[in-house]
Amino acid sequence: MSSLFGARVQRVEDDRLIRGHGAYLDDLGNGALAAAFVRSPYAHARITDIDVSGALDVPGLVAIYSYEDLTGRLAEPLPLLIPHPTLTHGRTPYPLAQTEVNHVGEAIAMVVATDRYAAEDAADLIDVSYEPLPAVVGIEAARAADQLVHDDVPGNLAANSTQEHGDTAAAIAAAPHVLELDLEIERSASTPLEGRGVLAEWDEKAARLRLWTSTQTSTGVRAAVAAKLGLDLSQVDVITPDVGGGFGVKIVHPWPEEVLVPWAARLLGQPVKFTEDRREHFISSAHERAQVHHVTVGYDDDGRMLGLDVRFWHDNGAYVPYGIIVPIVTSTQLLGPYKPPAYRVEFDSLYTNTVLVTPYRGAGRPHGCFVMERTIDAIAAERGLDRALVRERNFIQPDEMPYDHGLIFQDGRPLIYDSGDYPAGLRKLKDLVGWDEFPAAKAAAAAEGRRIGIGLACYVEGTGVGPYEGAHVVVETSGKVKVATGLTTQGQGHQTMLAQVVADELGVPLRDVEVVTGDTRRFSYAVGTFASRTAVMSGSAVALAARKAKEKALRVAADALEVAPADLEITDGVVQVKGDPESGISLGTVAVLSNPLRYAFDEAATAATQFAGGTDMSRPPIADDDEPGIEGRAYFSPVRSTFASGMHAVIVETDPQTAEVTILRYCVVHDCGPLINPRIVEGQIHGGVAQGVGGALYERMAYDETGQLVNASFMDFLMPYASEVPKQIEIDHLETPSPLNPLGIKGVGEAGVIPGAAVLAAAIEDAEGIPIRSMPMSPSDLFELRAACESQAGRR
Amino acid sequence: MKPSPFRYSRPESVTEALVLLDDEAKVLAGGQSLIPLLNMRLAAPEHLVDINRLTELSYVETANGAVRIGALARHAEVLACESAAAAQPLLRQALRWVAHPAVRNRGTTVGSLVHGDPAGEMPAVLALLGGTVRVASIAGERAIPASDFFLGPLETALEPGELAIDAEFPALARSGSGTGFAEISRRRGDYAVCGVAALAWLGPDGRVGGASAAYLSMGPVPVVLDLTEAVAGAAADAATFPAAAGLARDRLDPQPDIHATASYRRHLAGVLTERALLAALADARETVAA
Amino acid sequence: MSANQGANGAEVHEVRLTVNGAARTANVPARRLLSDCLRHDLRLTGTHVGCEHGVCGACTILLNGAPVRSCLLLAVSADGADITTVEGLADPDGTLSPVQQAFAECHGLQCGFCTPGFLTTITAGLAATPNPDDEQARDMIGGNLCRCTGYQNILAAVHRAAEITRERAAEPGGRS
Repeated sequence: MSSLFGARVQRVEDDRLIRGHGAYLDDLGNGALAAAFVRSPYAHARITDIDVSGALDVPGLVAIYSYEDLTGRLAEPLPLLIPHPTLTHGRTPYPLAQTEVNHVGEAIAMVVATDRYAAEDAADLIDVSYEPLPAVVGIEAARAADQLVHDDVPGNLAANSTQEHGDTAAAIAAAPHVLELDLEIERSASTPLEGRGVLAEWDEKAARLRLWTSTQTSTGVRAAVAAKLGLDLSQVDVITPDVGGGFGVKIVHPWPEEVLVPWAARLLGQPVKFTEDRREHFISSAHERAQVHHVTVGYDDDGRMLGLDVRFWHDNGAYVPYGIIVPIVTSTQLLGPYKPPAYRVEFDSLYTNTVLVTPYRGAGRPHGCFVMERTIDAIAAERGLDRALVRERNFIQPDEMPYDHGLIFQDGRPLIYDSGDYPAGLRKLKDLVGWDEFPAAKAAAAAEGRRIGIGLACYVEGTGVGPYEGAHVVVETSGKVKVATGLTTQGQGHQTMLAQVVADELGVPLRDVEVVTGDTRRFSYAVGTFASRTAVMSGSAVALAARKAKEKALRVAADALEVAPADLEITDGVVQVKGDPESGISLGTVAVLSNPLRYAFDEAATAATQFAGGTDMSRPPIADDDEPGIEGRAYFSPVRSTFASGMHAVIVETDPQTAEVTILRYCVVHDCGPLINPRIVEGQIHGGVAQGVGGALYERMAYDETGQLVNASFMDFLMPYASEVPKQIEIDHLETPSPLNPLGIKGVGEAGVIPGAAVLAAAIEDAEGIPIRSMPMSPSDLFELRAACESQAGRR
Repeated sequence: MKPSPFRYSRPESVTEALVLLDDEAKVLAGGQSLIPLLNMRLAAPEHLVDINRLTELSYVETANGAVRIGALARHAEVLACESAAAAQPLLRQALRWVAHPAVRNRGTTVGSLVHGDPAGEMPAVLALLGGTVRVASIAGERAIPASDFFLGPLETALEPGELAIDAEFPALARSGSGTGFAEISRRRGDYAVCGVAALAWLGPDGRVGGASAAYLSMGPVPVVLDLTEAVAGAAADAATFPAAAGLARDRLDPQPDIHATASYRRHLAGVLTERALLAALADARETVAA
Repeated sequence: MSANQGANGAEVHEVRLTVNGAARTANVPARRLLSDCLRHDLRLTGTHVGCEHGVCGACTILLNGAPVRSCLLLAVSADGADITTVEGLADPDGTLSPVQQAFAECHGLQCGFCTPGFLTTITAGLAATPNPDDEQARDMIGGNLCRCTGYQNILAAVHRAAEITRERAAEPGGRS
């Protein structure tokens, strides 16, 4: 039987989904009451009155709740999930606004009705009186702090953080060359096709809450909801249904709706469901938005960085329930594959009267990558050197691994790269895109009046972030293997990928392995799905758990066959003496034998009952240190993250007349260590690249100066269709295994998106000959940039 | 996002529809523009009159020098109609740019005229060709020329109680004229950042006789410009028409929005005027050659 | 058109549809969207709702064979129509349609939320254009949003589906 590790197997998830038999949140809870929300139309306002009288006669109305109805811990602000010593002024929202609203979309009242139509009717008739306050929109306004978002947060400053290794000021002062750059990068948002949703059932007799939620962390929601509702953890089950995409936004928890809906279900004694609509997703979930950077870099004649100082300002929106993870990731991952001997990074995380900013695929790395790659390109331009060459000169070399940057990463652990071969990656990429041949192609195009340009961007991605994940593997008497892990799935093929790992470890056919994720009833210790960690964390955990189960199976089988465990192997679900298929007993039978029975519940079970024969009478049926069954439970907790890497190269054409940008070629070289399922990995890269392109050329949250999100719909928020993505994505890869986990793997979930803005900015700059210091870039933006440069040139 | 409640009527004949159309009524045909507004509760009509049973209005007729499109003819049906395309090529050239196939399968061409979005393709086509919308009420019928039809963004001359019955698009003259359509949108199928529908004709000397163009997304209503002064007498196979582009840039006054600045739109108007004009003249030359 | 009082005192209308070949009836208020009627009244939850403004295409069904956005149709307006949803694409014996099979073979779905809209759209698209070139395939799927796949494998699935259709037609007793 050939190994499944590395096999391009078709996904086991697909059959259900392509038949239309998926079970996403809104597909559940038929007959449940429906919740809708009154949300603030103002970016900043005091609530002076909530008058529900006009709504009371709406047919189908069941209940209306506002802040004054909230009791106990529900009346406190929602948790600040990831504290940090420098996050001195963290603010989180109340589940329903108390007296002040701080962004358009903030929840003020919850309506419960017989269906969503009626709930919206009632919500429309609730009359909220506001005293509008000045809104702070954009980093400039937040910094200026003429107005404050939160009265008790001076300067709109949630946190000011600094990390440094080496003496950066001295290094820059002593450097032969110094460049300063101002860079600005705006991201957008996860916008999965399925929004958020929560369904709650309260069982009064059993005093248990069952909660389904479209989340990236079943255990996170469970703990938060139990705490807020004053329930024991064991009274709460959280089940993750099929989830229509997450990309980061669904790691935030608990959303106001996630605590209010179960609370209402309990009060009303009926199941309650909330399904977010598209406008709600735009104005009341989360985005990842702008950073403004000022870079000072000192370097030598060869373009080697000697000192790098980065000062930046981060827009964190109205509240920081997820802490300052995004700017921390920017600060640390900005370094990419490079090793400036001295590096100092300082950021201010600022409040604005806009939607929350929490991680979106890449989680601050795209910002960091943009800044670093534009800086390297600027150095190359100033020195008149090839951009790839300057990168090569600044790379951490393979023999310098593990490389300690002397900083603390987003997992609270030292930023130490475990493995990687950046020079080899760059060689592959240059080959793939034809880097050295491009100047000739560019000249030929220019002769035809066409403008083409090539860009290059490298990144390093910390993946497999801790603290841990766990898994349980059990072999049933049927021979079927049931696997559970606590983190969740939003389309990444976990059920297939993890089954491949288990099938390989145990020696069973893939079709006999069934994996469940994100159900606290099946596995209740977990962290969640984010930071490209599932393959590393749960992959390792299921492997370790499967190994335990295998060890037990061999021991039980060895006993039954009267051989030593070392003489046995498991092939195709059969335990046999190595090289002797005739000797085999099925794993299912081994499972029967492992559980000494008094009662035979079926014919197969007869073999395990007390009079079946072959028993050693001098020993108890179950030894002191043993358990019945063929099971394994294991946890994987790495000492720190493992660092994947990659580089993208893009060739674009810009239209001299219309300033439209066309991608001619998009090339990816990535390193995530050994691949469990190459097809799934490619799919992740395709999707990430599409989001990178979307974010660089099309998507932008357009806030006006009053804090209104002007494009809160798919009509004006420009997610790419098939016509906007590259016609082809050329992928090559290398594998530098990780020493930090049993499978030697690294994560790849976010890889495709990280260098998107950086590589496209570089390519457009190469085509146009105009420095690109701000992204995203629409044709109109490029047109105006051209005009500004021409008029500047004209003035000289 | 669910619609507010409304009273619903579904007449089986035009006569019945006209009786039902009170002042509170909004007509539902394709619904591709109306239902998003209802879903977002940006519109909340008290009474919805669903005309999707009025199959008598699904015609696409080509006769008497015009293409007449009934109120219930879907964009997809007009797009597929060969006789309509032969009589007035601009219809097909423009319809290709309207949204996506699934929207065209349900949305109606007359509906998009009545919706009156200055970013829409078909209002510009009607305006350029000097077409007419025929409307009816219980009081009778009237024909409204395109120049009087579009009053402002999403505002037309249709009065409460009136139903648009059909729209007439003049056919292209037999020989020596041509049409062209050029548009730039952010994504394929999006509303235009700028769009141009152009009509050009050759003089008896085989040189350019004249041209006109209608512009999408360049004003509160489709803007029609007579380009003749900028192009008359030029060689019919000229490669560029900078004067026409300049005229468009001078005469148009676009507004900025989140997708484009006013100056970029103005610039595009010039670029696309040339492109549409070149296409129209190439068409015109072909009809002469044929 | 028959109407009477429904649960919340709203006027309801009897809507008769043929859905995936079966006669189905629902009694709904006029404002009930077809997407909600299919999902919640007829319990066919395979059709998904991503935006309710007609842009994402997740709700696309076949109305009398043509792809339309079910979120932009009132159920009452569709009275009498012949509707195909994703649940109706496989054969009665459960054999996946060529488009469905192609999606599985080509890894054309990840989270699966947008997938039903693509499946119905491509089914109709290939019926009209059985052998699309690259540009035609891209046009065919050009009105549906996907956030997971980046469209690369969906395009591959369009071509593979065309191929499977040809293969099946060529089989003895050939069917498609």
